[in-house]
Amino acid sequence: MTGPAIIAPNHNSHLDAPTILSLWPLNRIHHIRPVAAADYFLTNPVLAWFTLNVIGIIPIERKRRDAAEDPLATSSAALEQGDILIIFPEGSRGLPEVMDNFKSGISRLVERNPKVPIVPIFIHGLGKSLPKGDFVFVPFFCDVFIGEPVYWQGSVDETMDAYRAAMEQLAAKCDAPAWE
Amino acid sequence: MLSLYKYPNLVIALGAIIALLLCVQFIIYPLLARTGLDLELDKLDSRLRFWWTIVIGFLFGVVLGSKFLLLLIAFSCFLALKEFLSITPSRRADRRVLFFAYLTLPLQFYWIWIGWYGMFIVFIPVYVFLFLPLPMTLLGETKGFLRAFSLLNWIIMTAVFSLSHLGFLLVLPDSLNPVAGGIGLAFFLMLLVQVNDASQFIFGSITRERKVIPKLSASRTWSGLISGLVLTVIVAALTAPFLTPFSPIEAIGLGILIALTGLIGYIVFSAIKRDLDFEDRGTMTPGHGGILNRVDTLVYAAPLFFHITSYLYS
Repeated sequence: MTGPAIIAPNHNSHLDAPTILSLWPLNRIHHIRPVAAADYFLTNPVLAWFTLNVIGIIPIERKRRDAAEDPLATSSAALEQGDILIIFPEGSRGLPEVMDNFKSGISRLVERNPKVPIVPIFIHGLGKSLPKGDFVFVPFFCDVFIGEPVYWQGSVDETMDAYRAAMEQLAAKCDAPAWE
Repeated sequence: MLSLYKYPNLVIALGAIIALLLCVQFIIYPLLARTGLDLELDKLDSRLRFWWTIVIGFLFGVVLGSKFLLLLIAFSCFLALKEFLSITPSRRADRRVLFFAYLTLPLQFYWIWIGWYGMFIVFIPVYVFLFLPLPMTLLGETKGFLRAFSLLNWIIMTAVFSLSHLGFLLVLPDSLNPVAGGIGLAFFLMLLVQVNDASQFIFGSITRERKVIPKLSASRTWSGLISGLVLTVIVAALTAPFLTPFSPIEAIGLGILIALTGLIGYIVFSAIKRDLDFEDRGTMTPGHGGILNRVDTLVYAAPLFFHITSYLYS
């Protein structure tokens, strides 16, 4: 798959982004850029160096400090360059294996670049392997379901509805054992 | 390369198996594919890949030493354990406990590596069995406790303890089996289990009438069962003098035992898969290993073969 495009998976684990990245051959991987929270990844200098220079994240401010500031500017510029962005629309890993509400940033990006597809991806199992707030990794099989691309639907709400419907359809395909 | 000369019979047997597999892979398989009949070729495919893995594993074991093959078996056990833990329901609270469950595997194979039989045989049935509930109780989650613990214990007993008996065969002393060593005994067991599975699979596909347990398995028929038994006994009697210390009577007895216990393992795991609705799930999400389908026949056969052999010869 070539860019520009937005990959939009659900988010349950730190393993999500590396798993998605592993789906591309190594020589293309520098074009695949996870969009990640600046307030989390850039606070520690070692983590900041690693994520910016090795993973190649695009940092994003989750809390807007200045109304004139455009939090999507760098992401939009990367799309214009032809990069593939990984954006987790839930905004945070949240509770393990639970899908939270989607934030509308992905739609606002395709509003600016209407030809860019949003690829819905449903990931199951990584939240069991390494959930938020834990450091013990436990091996499990994981499933990655890749949906048909969603395009700009004319308004932010309609685009989000189409994306949400696509994600629910993918989640329904996944018949996982109980984990209560 | 020393061990190549150490067990010449095993090298010859491996050569024969490789020739047979090449023949199936490049002559019989394409011919079957060309007939266009509904032959469940995907099942043959997964078996062929598994057989190649075993043969290459034994080849490495013969060239580089049995310990190398032991590491491969440990890794296969890890895959089986991971598959089993992934397809069964578990409690959210038990995530850390599952981490301990994984730790039993390197420990069990360490006992085998250093040849500590006493620890190998009691570690999981006694120590893990008694102490694994402890971290579970410390979590304070009592709802579903007994069920979660029983399930986890069954998983560790089958995927780690039972299968690890194949590994202990490798470290048995050469004096027990002068013709081909412990690796020869492991090869003999794998050969018989796979001959039995292959003939049950082939004859079960040819005649689909008169199923052994219709509720559990559509592919295990009486004709498959009997032809599997006969073929396993024949192969056991023919190969035993070259690979094992067994007399003809013992070889025939072990052939019958392996054929029957292989079937028991297959049936028990079929019941588990039915219970989990795994038959459907398996087809929906490809790439889920499927190693349990390949090693289920060993779960009963490996410990029984091991204990009868050590009863007879040590």
